[in-house]
Amino acid sequence: MIPLPGEDGALYQRDRTWHPPANTPGYKSTTFRAPKHPPLSLAQTRSELTGPTFGHGSLGPLDNDLIHNFSAEGGEAIGQRLIVYGQVLDENARPVRGTLVEFWQANAGGRYRHKREGYVAALDPNFGGCGRAITDDNGYYHFRTIKPGAYPWPNGGNDWRPAHIHFSVFGHAFAQRLITQMYFEGDPMIWQDPIALSIPDRAAVEQLIARLDRQNTTPMDSLAYRFDIVLRGRRSTLFENRSEGN
Amino acid sequence: MLNALPTLKETPSQTAGPYVHIGLTPGLEGMGGSNVPDLGSGPINAGNGQPITIAGCIFDGSAAPVGDAVVELWQADADGTHAEGWGRTAGAADGSFRFETIKPGRVLGPDGQPMAPHLTLWIVARGINVGLHTRLYFDDEGEANATDFILNRIMDSRRRKTLIAARSEVEGRPTYSLDIRLQGENETVFFDI
Ligand SMILES: [Fe+2]
Repeated sequence: MIPLPGEDGALYQRDRTWHPPANTPGYKSTTFRAPKHPPLSLAQTRSELTGPTFGHGSLGPLDNDLIHNFSAEGGEAIGQRLIVYGQVLDENARPVRGTLVEFWQANAGGRYRHKREGYVAALDPNFGGCGRAITDDNGYYHFRTIKPGAYPWPNGGNDWRPAHIHFSVFGHAFAQRLITQMYFEGDPMIWQDPIALSIPDRAAVEQLIARLDRQNTTPMDSLAYRFDIVLRGRRSTLFENRSEGN
Repeated sequence: MLNALPTLKETPSQTAGPYVHIGLTPGLEGMGGSNVPDLGSGPINAGNGQPITIAGCIFDGSAAPVGDAVVELWQADADGTHAEGWGRTAGAADGSFRFETIKPGRVLGPDGQPMAPHLTLWIVARGINVGLHTRLYFDDEGEANATDFILNRIMDSRRRKTLIAARSEVEGRPTYSLDIRLQGENETVFFDI
């Protein structure tokens, strides 16, 4: 029997040219943290092709509502209200169901709730800045939040990050583990940002830009942005000599 | 001709940034809200087995400790099957991290032979553009390590020791220690898996 593409087997090789290289001099923190040796190609085993799973029991009821999940009773975070949603797919365009998506971000002024944060913008007492969701049967996640502000950071003399939300996604194999950042459609600062531009291919940067979605915008409440995420997919294994299935 | 090409491109990675602890270990950051306790905190649930401690420290290429990392661990149970053996911890300001777990069993390797017992580690931090995958092996498994398919794939045999943790006993509990060096002399072997 010929399995469908992606039905079984190892993951497609990661296309390293689509990702940022380890050392990107425009982003100075990579200077001493980028391994000099190329990563060693490793035949995938169950140590990489399996991964942790998370049930809905690992979520709190407000985990996907950053407007309320840190606020005082009756309070709400300040800022432009958003619904951020999207579909998690694999490279074979199949939905990745039941996987954990985590997100964290600055407040509307661009300030993180972190002890080492050095930006003078005010904290919002009603905004923490992190949450999580589990994808549904079609691979969709969604959460409510406020639009994060741009913020300055110590890299060049006067570098500012474009507004962004950090994402962490698990998939079903530890080798699919991904951390990335989501940007907002139309933001000119994306193209001046040393971190976004650590990705060499402009089309790959475009893949990180969420699209304004007026259809899912809630009148008098929230704008909607759509951000789809693609994890590595499995290739078929007709002649691969594997000792056990997965 | 037999493997179809993928139809979509993987979403490109970006650094986890300096505030990754907010997102992945919010309880430690005092974020409160509904995101406590932190996922993956506490002893790792890998079934019955020999209790052990994993203790490590992460250094950059200037030998400075990496104080803002998040480390995840994924491992087999003592019988060599993967079930729930996942943990996650925030690196401390001095670069250190630790896990309480049990010693894993042997997992079949690509050649159909059992690999030596090992843990899979994944490290993200500011300045790391794509999360780093590595493994931790055990120095009291010399015989198994010598025939391990993956260790033997490391052509420069001097680099194999960067994956092998040293055993000591702390109050009767085996502790395996391994430093992770992102760059420079004794740079850890990272994998493109
Ligand atoms: Fe950020």
